[in-house]
Amino acid sequence: MIEFFKTQFGFSILLAFIVMNVILLAVAYCIYFERKVSAWIQDRIGPNRAGPWGLLQPLADGLKFILKEDIIPEHVDKPLFVLAPAIIMIVALVGFAVIPWGGQVDLGGAKLIDVQVANPDIGLLYILGVTSLGVYGVVLGGWASNNKYSFYGAMRSTAQMLSYEIPLGLGILVVVLTSGQLRLEQIVRAQIPFTDPQSGAHLWGMWNIFHHPFVFLIVLTCLFAETNRTPFDLAEAEQELVGGYHTEYSAMKFGMFFLAEYAHMITGSAFMAVLFLGGWSLDPIGVGWMQWFHHDTSLLAAVLRMLVMGIKIVIFIFVFMWVRWTLPRFRFDQLMRLAWKGLVPLSLGLTAWTTGLVYFGKPTTWPLTLLGDIVIIAAALLIAARARTPVSGRQESLPAVPVT
Amino acid sequence: MRDEDIVVIEEPPLNPAERLYLPQIIEGMTTTFRHIFKKKITVQYPEEQKPVPLWYRGVHRLNRDEHGRVACVACFMCETVCPAHCIHIVGAEAPWPDREKYPVQFDIDELRCIYCGMCEEACPVDAIELTPVYEPVGRTRDEMVFDKEKLLEMYDRTIALKPRKDPKITGYPGTGGRPATHDPREEGAA
Repeated sequence: MIEFFKTQFGFSILLAFIVMNVILLAVAYCIYFERKVSAWIQDRIGPNRAGPWGLLQPLADGLKFILKEDIIPEHVDKPLFVLAPAIIMIVALVGFAVIPWGGQVDLGGAKLIDVQVANPDIGLLYILGVTSLGVYGVVLGGWASNNKYSFYGAMRSTAQMLSYEIPLGLGILVVVLTSGQLRLEQIVRAQIPFTDPQSGAHLWGMWNIFHHPFVFLIVLTCLFAETNRTPFDLAEAEQELVGGYHTEYSAMKFGMFFLAEYAHMITGSAFMAVLFLGGWSLDPIGVGWMQWFHHDTSLLAAVLRMLVMGIKIVIFIFVFMWVRWTLPRFRFDQLMRLAWKGLVPLSLGLTAWTTGLVYFGKPTTWPLTLLGDIVIIAAALLIAARARTPVSGRQESLPAVPVT
Repeated sequence: MRDEDIVVIEEPPLNPAERLYLPQIIEGMTTTFRHIFKKKITVQYPEEQKPVPLWYRGVHRLNRDEHGRVACVACFMCETVCPAHCIHIVGAEAPWPDREKYPVQFDIDELRCIYCGMCEEACPVDAIELTPVYEPVGRTRDEMVFDKEKLLEMYDRTIALKPRKDPKITGYPGTGGRPATHDPREEGAA
């Protein structure tokens, strides 16, 4: 039995089991953390009654969700109504399969084992595909509810996700071009300097965020839109749409939608950490220190790397919450304007620049990559300075309508 | 509405940096981040309580006079003035020589009361007063109808916190030493 877990297949199953349970627990505690962060930002204390520091609050919340009456309204499309929360939760969870948690580990088996549930060649495309599937849960939920507000929410969410997928894809393309890899684990390795102890060959690398800070910002923005988080949470704008796509849901079905949002956030955070913050790397600008931590195959090093990865995810989640309690929601036309007139041209320009660098064989030559970002942003600023259309999108010079 | 009443306000033009949103976002995020470490304003209610002023209009009490008797003379002024009709008095001839009547029964429905304080203002002998106690609880509606004994007990409970008005001064330190009936508008006229 023990031998089985020393093979990649057995280890993957074990890791999937652990990751799954840790994530589900973390999702529950994300809600607690969100309430705490919102309280801190608003000069309050937050939940502190259930258990020490309110740490049992997620349990109480979960219990409440389970014990509430699960209403299926009469007019809904029942199979889809039941399926939608399941889909959104599943989609949010399967994304973890390809996240590299901590490089490779030597468990005494025949081969080194990846600390990763699956390591397909197209890991990045898999993540992109799976996160886009998230819109199915939202659309099915809104459509099956047979309620115009739910449907509006679903429609908004679809348009939003489709629009933001484009700059997201382009931004990720820049990362792919920079590291020349689609394998997530290799993308991380490309960001860590490595000196081969045998041949002495040195491979340089540093966090992609220092290569392309603006791509980082663009992808982060798109990620907010993809996860339906403020300032892009139009799908559940309660002032206009009651509750949005989950208006008709109650009890644990609503709970699934609620938890899936946080699961999506964790996936997105892990994804961002891998793409831009070098995964488990603690070497931001590639000075080449801590070779043992970064490359050793002992179990201890792997666990430490997983820990670093976890800390980075937590930091990202905090940023998600911090933004939510700071920024107001976009209006729908502003949202579309930002995607199509702002992010798409910007990310296209950055992709073109990086493609050029690849053509000349210098995709990771540092000042050149950063220069691209600066040039593109400067160009955008120039165009913005010349353009005189109001950002709010108000129609100009409407003829005065006489009031009767 | 006339045309000249319509004011068209143009949006202030944004500079290029503002069109990028980023500087504003960073500014906002810095503000909220600073708030995370600020002193929290939450009052942890059952353990901590905000002090309320002495003139707070909470649960009523029936005052005792210097002999420990109920000070009320059953004049029915409070019952008459009460806008919520929550006071019910049954008067009888007083057993004491210093007054004609006293209440044998004095009920206030604390659930019906709107805590306007008009009974206190109407009372000619300052017998009924509102106390700073604001959390009366009961398991039934009947329990929340406070009778004479309960109102007198409320006096015993709160007398240390809020002393009885001296009829010659009628005022509390919290009002700046001025009589409670003082009207600030008169001050300006004089």
